[in-house]
Amino acid sequence: MRLPAFLAIGLASFFLILPAASSAKPSKEAEEAKRQAKLYQKKLSKDQQIVHALDRLTFGPKPGDIARVKKMGLKKWLDLQLHPDRIPENPDLEAKLQPLESLRMTPMEAGQHYPTPQMIRAIAAGRQPLPEDPVLRASIQRWIARYKIKKEEAASGKGTSAIDANPNADLEPAKTLEDVLNTSELQTLRNGKPDQKRELLESMPADKLEDVLVALPRGQRQQLFNNSPVDVQRRIMVLNSPQQVVAYDLLEAKLLRAIESNRQLAEELDDFWFNHFNVYYDKGSDRFLIPDYEREAIRPHVLGTFRDLLEATAKSPAMLFYLDNFQSVRPDIDANSKNRKVKRGLNENYGRELMELHTLGVNGGYTQHDVTEVARCFTGWTIQDPRRGGAFFYDHKLHDKGEKVVLGHVIPAGGGIEDGEKVLDILATHPSTAKFISTELAQRFVADNPPPALIDKMSKTFLDSGGDIRQVMKTMLDSKEFWSQGAYRAKVKTPFEMVASSVRALDANVTDAWALANQVGNLGEPLYRKQEPTGYSNLNSDWVNSAALLGRMNFAVQVTKNQVPGVKVAASQPAEMIGSPDFQRR
Amino acid sequence: MTSRRVFLKGSALAMFGVGALPTWLSRSVYADDGSDRRKKILVAIFQRGAVDGLNMVVPFGEQRYYELRPSLAIPRPDGTPTSAVDLDGFFGLHPSLAPLKPMFDAQQLAIVDAVGSPDPTRSHFDAQDYMESGTPGFKATSDGWMNRALPKPDGPVSALRAVSLGSSLPRSLRGRNDALAVNNLNDFQVRDPKAAAAFESMYEHTRDSALNGTGKETFSAVKIMQSIQKQTYTPANGAKYPGGRFGQSLQQIARLIKADVGLEVAFADIGGWDTHVNEVGAQPAVGQLANNLSDFAQSLAAFYQDLGDRMADVAVVTMSEFGRTAKENGNRGTDHGHANVMFVMGGGIRGGKVYGDWPGLAEEQLNEGRDLALTTDFRDVLGELVSKHLGNPNLKAVFPGYENPKFRGLIG
Repeated sequence: MRLPAFLAIGLASFFLILPAASSAKPSKEAEEAKRQAKLYQKKLSKDQQIVHALDRLTFGPKPGDIARVKKMGLKKWLDLQLHPDRIPENPDLEAKLQPLESLRMTPMEAGQHYPTPQMIRAIAAGRQPLPEDPVLRASIQRWIARYKIKKEEAASGKGTSAIDANPNADLEPAKTLEDVLNTSELQTLRNGKPDQKRELLESMPADKLEDVLVALPRGQRQQLFNNSPVDVQRRIMVLNSPQQVVAYDLLEAKLLRAIESNRQLAEELDDFWFNHFNVYYDKGSDRFLIPDYEREAIRPHVLGTFRDLLEATAKSPAMLFYLDNFQSVRPDIDANSKNRKVKRGLNENYGRELMELHTLGVNGGYTQHDVTEVARCFTGWTIQDPRRGGAFFYDHKLHDKGEKVVLGHVIPAGGGIEDGEKVLDILATHPSTAKFISTELAQRFVADNPPPALIDKMSKTFLDSGGDIRQVMKTMLDSKEFWSQGAYRAKVKTPFEMVASSVRALDANVTDAWALANQVGNLGEPLYRKQEPTGYSNLNSDWVNSAALLGRMNFAVQVTKNQVPGVKVAASQPAEMIGSPDFQRR
Repeated sequence: MTSRRVFLKGSALAMFGVGALPTWLSRSVYADDGSDRRKKILVAIFQRGAVDGLNMVVPFGEQRYYELRPSLAIPRPDGTPTSAVDLDGFFGLHPSLAPLKPMFDAQQLAIVDAVGSPDPTRSHFDAQDYMESGTPGFKATSDGWMNRALPKPDGPVSALRAVSLGSSLPRSLRGRNDALAVNNLNDFQVRDPKAAAAFESMYEHTRDSALNGTGKETFSAVKIMQSIQKQTYTPANGAKYPGGRFGQSLQQIARLIKADVGLEVAFADIGGWDTHVNEVGAQPAVGQLANNLSDFAQSLAAFYQDLGDRMADVAVVTMSEFGRTAKENGNRGTDHGHANVMFVMGGGIRGGKVYGDWPGLAEEQLNEGRDLALTTDFRDVLGELVSKHLGNPNLKAVFPGYENPKFRGLIG
């Protein structure tokens, strides 16, 4: 176990207070801490430095990367990674991202194009309007027709409550398979080998393909999924479960960018900041709010200023929905209302997590009283039409206009949206925030227990530069601690890092990353699906256990044997490299 | 020869051949050997996210409960399925917990109320960490209470001694004693025999201490698991586990218990309790909390039914990091509170009673004027189970810094 000095002192006093613990332990722990501290003084060789940079600042080296960095010079490479806008993006990646339309949509567009069952029900019941766009309108009307027929069947006793169990169940198609396909084609589609089926689908003109997919029963359509070209997969998804498309696009993009982007550090930081400001895909409207969140609130700021990033998340519909602030209103709002049985009021969820997880850290010096005061400052920060994917909206009627005191700062009565903005100012410039963010960054990029001296340097830069994330990263990359034996191979890969780095190391060709994303989930890190606002852990101990190791070994077997759909390894490669203890580290 | 030798780590199993079923072997040996009784098993359940204990076990005898929660309060027992299930004239179960009432009536389910961690934190993360480390307020503890609770072995121990269901090892089970995380019993293997052998050797020989230790544990357990995987599992006594993750976790724990592979402690968790918004649906007995409690209760009831007589050896304890505010918030939900409720179930438990001192819900009786106050430390409950059920007398090492645990008499 690695322990820096400050922790060791804590441990030592622990054993002094608690007589039950072994008395031999403290000296051993202290010794270990001393040994550890020495390792942070020990330099890496030139070659180790390059390996270390690629391990830490990218999703693992690809064959040839080490030579490339060597040729370019480490210093120049680092500088470029810190300025991703100066690196031309990989055109193959851009081509692969092109079909993933939902990534570029506003929340409202995403919700309309890929409606959830609830949304279809709401439109069918007249609680939500039909979209204006004629193509969209037609597709939604088709879903509604399907929905209504199922509902009538249920009501007439023909079906059971099938509509609730499966709102995407099929309608009788306008054309049957026999209408569209000749005998030999039918034969291939029903009994052919996967490759033959794929070939058949690829050979069809678009309108015929559409007819075939519509005519197929839902189950058979789904069976075609794994072996279909990407565009067919999208059509299958839209027909079977439209709301799944958004998840598909998110996962696809996340994996493809990690594996193929030239701007590796920016992608590492995208993962870091999304995780820091975690939101959860399966919570209501977040199903169609997240693409906008990642694109507008996270990605533009990964190397920008922390204050901008913080405000972008605070005003994002995805966060307002996830941490319930869109429903938090001044406590007295319904005091005199006779019509409302349920009195609306304050919700502390965002106020608390904003300080505990986004800025100050749990020991950052706030109280329960501060939580309530911060929550009052953010009343009225809500979403226009939250169930349809509307934008951020400040509603003055809902705002608590009384005086508040946050961490000793008086926020005078009579304010509006600026109350919340002042809270963000206070938090973004607070020394506890500087320390907390620096520690989290160092835990991801240096070691689980980063040396206090490094945290001090990074915190100082954070405060001096007005929270300039690029400068903080630069301080870390200029430190001797980063380039030391203490940091070298000190981190265990997260499942996401493990899977992405495997594909990179094997130089595999990825045509579809869906199966890879499922592997990441099976290994314990379902992407976009961390329910708790803490995000996923950054610490080794959380990723080393029997289930995780077996999962990683099995992934190694599958990926090297070309058993992961959508991923092709050129020559046969032994599983041993990917499943080895060494490969689990970075 | 003792039965336990069958479960020795690594090689001993080979003696009997992997095909031999430990069940019959151990049964016959246990029957003969009075000195080597079957081990007691402790199962811990963590309700992550802070469950609303005041709606799990409803203090319907207190009018103030109804005043604090106009839209959330579960109606007083009136025999209908939307009202509380009367336990003792003052407390009642949430109607979704009705599947647990037969255990309460059979005196195998005890409830402890106004219980929890004395630390005032309202952070999910810290509170879970404190409860799992067993040292509230103290962050430097590196291991978990359940790992420390394992009795000192009087011989070789099973590689399946301590098991958690899920893809990560919870804080409670981390520490000096080996503990396994198991996603799925049937998948606990490397699917390619050649690669498996290569990996076993690599993890055996690596100088990476963290991966070396876990790797060795894993491969020892894989060997034992092979004998379990050979049989398909059918729950006994018509038990039907819900299909969700929690029900499946409990089913796998039952399977391990019945396979007699030396299990001593097991852990499972169930999330989704952080009900800030819409805790209830159209009326208090339905909605988010009700659905989650149904899953919880039906899973526990299935486990109890499935184990049948084996419940004599088993104790199950449930916990959650803190309770929720006594008063409902503005969004038909509740915010982070303090004291909560714990369930303790098992053959050796003095059930059929709600334990603890009820502190009341009047404003001045509430913690910080907003939450149920704490009258029982969670370590009193866990400590009693560790010492009287698992038979580990060294509570000072299990809960360092906790000087005087006050047992509630859950075990006679």
